[in-house]
Amino acid sequence: MRLILEWIPLFGVGCLLLGGCTVQDANSVGGGSSNGSGGLSGTITIDGSSTVFPISQAMAEEFQKLHADVKVVVAESGTGGGFKKFMLGETEINDASRPIKQKEIDACKKAGIEYLELKIAIDGLSIIVNPKNDWCDCLTVAQLKAIWAPGSTVKNWSDVDPSWPEKEIKLYGPDTDSGTFDYFTEVICGKSGASRTDYNPSADDNVLVRGVAGDEYSLGYFGYAYYAENKDKLKIVGVSPTDDIADCVKPTAETIEAGKYVPLSRPLFLYVNKAALKKPEIAVFLNYYMEQGQALISEVGYVRLSAAVLEETQQALRGSSGASAAPSGE
Amino acid sequence: MNKPKSVFESRLAARHRQGRLFGAVCMASTWFGIGVLVVLLAGVTWQAGGWLNWSFLTHFDSRHPEQAGILAGLWGSLWLILFTTLFSVPVGVGAALYLEEYESNGWLQRLVQVNLSNLAGVPSIVYGILGLTVFVRMFGVFGSQPKVVEMSLGFIDVHIPLPFGRTVIAAALTLTLLILPVVIVAAQEALRAVPSSIRTASYALGATKWQTIRHQVLPAAAPGILTGVILAVSRAIGETAPLVMIGALTYVAFTPGDISSPTDIITNPAGLAEAPFDTFTALPIQIFNWVSRPKTEYQHVAAAGILVLLMVLLVLNGVAITLRHRYQKRIRW
Repeated sequence: MRLILEWIPLFGVGCLLLGGCTVQDANSVGGGSSNGSGGLSGTITIDGSSTVFPISQAMAEEFQKLHADVKVVVAESGTGGGFKKFMLGETEINDASRPIKQKEIDACKKAGIEYLELKIAIDGLSIIVNPKNDWCDCLTVAQLKAIWAPGSTVKNWSDVDPSWPEKEIKLYGPDTDSGTFDYFTEVICGKSGASRTDYNPSADDNVLVRGVAGDEYSLGYFGYAYYAENKDKLKIVGVSPTDDIADCVKPTAETIEAGKYVPLSRPLFLYVNKAALKKPEIAVFLNYYMEQGQALISEVGYVRLSAAVLEETQQALRGSSGASAAPSGE
Repeated sequence: MNKPKSVFESRLAARHRQGRLFGAVCMASTWFGIGVLVVLLAGVTWQAGGWLNWSFLTHFDSRHPEQAGILAGLWGSLWLILFTTLFSVPVGVGAALYLEEYESNGWLQRLVQVNLSNLAGVPSIVYGILGLTVFVRMFGVFGSQPKVVEMSLGFIDVHIPLPFGRTVIAAALTLTLLILPVVIVAAQEALRAVPSSIRTASYALGATKWQTIRHQVLPAAAPGILTGVILAVSRAIGETAPLVMIGALTYVAFTPGDISSPTDIITNPAGLAEAPFDTFTALPIQIFNWVSRPKTEYQHVAAAGILVLLMVLLVLNGVAITLRHRYQKRIRW
């Protein structure tokens, strides 16, 4: 203790005296590039949506097995939180579970950051009930709206359909910070953020899974990946975009990919800083993301893009990473 | 005479009953804490059963739960502990010394004291916001042109990025701010516990103020200071909110400075200079992320991570107890 106390300041001063200090631009020092042997090196920083995180993590994990000198780091501060860092140039790629908002576009423009939007996968928001629930197999969008709209008067299952039990519906859903909440309220209730407030909210989807699994008269919604991992504990409900139960579609990999599960399928995005795209390691990583890596998407519980949409994305990527005179992003 | 005596006796019995009841309540309070701890430990250990093994400690996180490991989080947290201690001890002890030995009972002391108690109660995420502005972005004075200061220490070159960005050093400084009030208050208590007769005796022998502090007061207060520091650091490494705020990463497949085992320190000394300025993840962030994964197996991985965090805490507290014991043996008054 005594020793430490005496030496810390001395050591600090010694450092400054011993070494001459030089100041340089960061880009000229640590900038990644290909080294002599043709291998890639450098760091790729990804931040953003926690929904997209499992995909980006899987891509990073596999990509680093191929290119050991490239460090791919992934954080999750939410779509909006990620954009705040993206528009300051702190990150190179932003994971997003919704398209970029107008005010974020403006902020990027102001900061001089050009970006490329890449659609990478689809998620199907799933409506979930308890397996003991044998009366409800399908809900129409209108019924969902009646249940979830702000100031909703639906209290019992019988309020939705008179033939259903006169028992209170226990509602479970993501909390208001979630991109899932934004998307669900927008397509079901008509306005992003418009939802009744007397439900059980949680930022942790596993809490929602446990809630619905433990309560016979419950109803909840969350991302498809959480249903896929808990199929034995939950029952999925089909959603009909019209008022006709016959149009009911249950979310499966096939129906989501084919675009039949509407309106609760949502695309997931990557936003890439165009300046960073000129770095070879980022271009190679994104190519991997869009080609070999695509198999990982279904592995982590999301649905792959249809071949046509994927082709579009790949072309957008090729167009941008190839030439510096690329068209401005979206 | 019979009646008053029986009143006395029945009231006496009632008073004894009160005493026993109070004792029972106190015992229940004690066992409540222990009970919660036992349930928690048993639950976590049971969940982690079989998942906490050598491969868990030596691998990075993975999308396959059975391959997921804690290596990056463990080293990230160890570096955080090291630097948080290095920063908070000199500043905290220095401030406490000034307030107790130099400026005691001054108006400054009263002002600082009130502010310290208030700062100790500020939610940790607020420190995260402060750290993001001050250390990670440095108020944006470097704009979009980050700089790197190159310093040669003779045997290794140190590259210091400015602003610090999302690095170990920025996080350690943020955690230092977070625990500084606690460290200062603990150090003050320890200094106050040193009898003033020690100081007066030292002055009587002709020692200067510096000599008195250096040779008498500090050694006598060291056990208390150490305990305070280590308890504060233990709190800091369990913090998630400020780290998430300053943008600690969730998935990294490397350790700071690429040092992932004690032998790397010898084989890769340059890594030591890089580590403070490297990006990182930490144990609580990793655990938080695992808990929210869709795959149910990750609940076991998270439990294993919690056990690792508990063990790190246990080791820290063990060090604190040993050090305190060693210093206490020297004190004789």
